[in-house]
Amino acid sequence: MPITKDLFESEVLAILGRLNGVARRLTRNDADAEDLVAESIARAWGARDSLAQTSAFRAWMFRILHNTFVSERRRAMARPQVEPLIEEDRGDQHPFSIFERLHQPFLLWFDNPEQEFLDKLMRGDLERALAALPEHYRIVVILADLEEFTYGEIADTLQIPIGTVRSRLARARGTLQETLWGLARDRGLLARTVL
Amino acid sequence: MAANDINCEEALKRILAFIDHELADAEREGLERHLSACRSCFSRTEFERHLKGKLRDLASHDTPGTTRDRIKALINTF
Repeated sequence: MPITKDLFESEVLAILGRLNGVARRLTRNDADAEDLVAESIARAWGARDSLAQTSAFRAWMFRILHNTFVSERRRAMARPQVEPLIEEDRGDQHPFSIFERLHQPFLLWFDNPEQEFLDKLMRGDLERALAALPEHYRIVVILADLEEFTYGEIADTLQIPIGTVRSRLARARGTLQETLWGLARDRGLLARTVL
Repeated sequence: MAANDINCEEALKRILAFIDHELADAEREGLERHLSACRSCFSRTEFERHLKGKLRDLASHDTPGTTRDRIKALINTF
């Protein structure tokens, strides 16, 4: 039985803040984010028969939000629909790790370098590094780390296999750490290192 | 080393799923045994966990009143 309007409204309002937060990070613009949320909710109501059960509402609604974002962006780009080249299976390439960099033997850190690094990291650094991620990486970090989705929910939302969620998340976090490392270097946080 | 103990290389492959609470019980227990004996992997796990926590703190679930009103009005038209 399709979801009732009252239940639909209550489910939407319960996650509206999360929808808006994810939309802001996808569009990087408050006005566009609100439009994206509104368009997604309208599409969701139109597609309510595809909601198998109310317990799956969150992943279903975020899937529609993400699909709406992707299709709107393609339309805005006004060019043929071409999937971005997403390199998933470069298993030979080890993701960047701040921890490994901090523990290189030639660095002059003492005690607990990783904690010192984290303590110096500013919220703005994290915001910039997140915003700099390619969209297909940014969305998995947003869902896994900010919204605390399970891998299964991320797979449902993005319609990709769980194995792809794992590999994409590992690469996304590696790329995020690489950007954070660069930002830390630019801000002089690595000044005690010998390079 | 017990037959089901894992080494550092295997531990590193599991740390992200561990902090995401996505390991099956047997894998989690194997990793926890390793972490209790390996300071380097333990520190790495704590680093990844703290970084994840800092990212979680970026999440904002506040909705402007105007957005909420717009969405309520929209649903009213359905």
